[in-house]
Amino acid sequence: MCLATPARIAQLLPPTDAWVELDGVRQRVSLALLDDAQVGDYVIVHVGFALQVIDEAEALATLALLRQIQGAPHP
Amino acid sequence: MSSASRLDALEDFRDLPLAQGLARAIAQAMPETGEVRLMEFCGGHTHALARHGLEDLLPERLQLIHGPGCPVCVLPIGRVDQAIALAQQPEVTVCTYGDVLRVPASDRLSLRKAQALGAQVRMVTSPLQALQWAREHPDREVVFLAIGFETTTPPTAVALLQAQAEGLPNFSVLCHHVLTPAAMHAILSGPRPARIDGFIGPGHVSTVIGSAAYESVARQHRKPVVIAGFEPLDMLQAIWMLLRQRAEGRHQVENAFTRAVTVQGNTKAQALMQQVFALRDAFEWRGLGTLPHSALRLNEAFAAFDAEQRFGLAYQPVPDHKACECAAIVRGEKRPQACRIFGTGCTPDQPIGACMVSPEGACAAHYQYGRWRDEPTPAMPS
Repeated sequence: MCLATPARIAQLLPPTDAWVELDGVRQRVSLALLDDAQVGDYVIVHVGFALQVIDEAEALATLALLRQIQGAPHP
Repeated sequence: MSSASRLDALEDFRDLPLAQGLARAIAQAMPETGEVRLMEFCGGHTHALARHGLEDLLPERLQLIHGPGCPVCVLPIGRVDQAIALAQQPEVTVCTYGDVLRVPASDRLSLRKAQALGAQVRMVTSPLQALQWAREHPDREVVFLAIGFETTTPPTAVALLQAQAEGLPNFSVLCHHVLTPAAMHAILSGPRPARIDGFIGPGHVSTVIGSAAYESVARQHRKPVVIAGFEPLDMLQAIWMLLRQRAEGRHQVENAFTRAVTVQGNTKAQALMQQVFALRDAFEWRGLGTLPHSALRLNEAFAAFDAEQRFGLAYQPVPDHKACECAAIVRGEKRPQACRIFGTGCTPDQPIGACMVSPEGACAAHYQYGRWRDEPTPAMPS
């Protein structure tokens, strides 16, 4: 139910909608819950709505952190 | 951000060598002796754990307890009965999410069986589809049966605001939206608080309500909460962070899903919910009982769209099936395989209890992926 999927915004459909794409699957979603999502952004899609924009810088920082954790000493 | 970005939002968080490295870090972070019990609140996490086989990577003394974060699992039978009675009224069409249609109700009915018997029931994947059905069928009373935690609530709010703006007279909402922090408090309170060392906090709910929403849970119950995404690395990271908090004697809210969750959450979505909903005084949850201030109803400004008021519906509690252990399972007291009808009388095709219905229900996830790991049952003597 609360499962959502990340998808990339392919095209804005003003005033409120957008086409998003994941692995070649296209879906029309509402951007009514977001303020300034742009083409190219990853968003989290749930029941036809984009809930949040995925922060790519944070995602890359997390991956870097994970590489550190696996080499981290005993806490 | 350009389309030539360096991120693959899914695959990057499924990297096997990195997962194995994290599993080693988790093994090192375990206490020398004793069990560690962590509850993944969210059914999406239950599903991800089973689907990706993460339990195989984790130490044996680390127990993951499945929580109640599965909307159809905590929806009591009485609420489904109510929706079925509504759908049986000749002028009404009930629209709802697919999982809800299969939840067993009284008299061996479900919304889907009621539909087969002539009730007007439609599956939707967005509340906007229910709204559209109402626009296209002005002769029908279209009721959207809204269930779900805070992830699913803002879309219902948008549909209601739209209906109000259009003055759509034949659309209403039967609102059963429930609140995550209230359920977390309930799990750790009462005569039988769950024996857990911390929560893996829900990811998508938290994109909306923000990490700050769990501060009172962590503080009052002295349990750490770490919010996780739904990919294998996300969950392993959260487990490692929980073990680290435990080792350091901390009980704080931490965020392992920073690419989507902020401290304050999605304030625009929160403002829309504020416009439309009000707290119910109390709401019955399957397994957790009647909890104060744990669910939402439409506020006075939207009373005209409230199906409970429009159709004069009253709630009648109904006990669960006698053999069903869903109630103990959503409280984290029992595992699916401990239920004596698991996989025999109760399967995803013929569910008796709600936990076997949704893919994120603890029983359905275990049936689909996890039961292969169980000890084989001894053969029957011939």
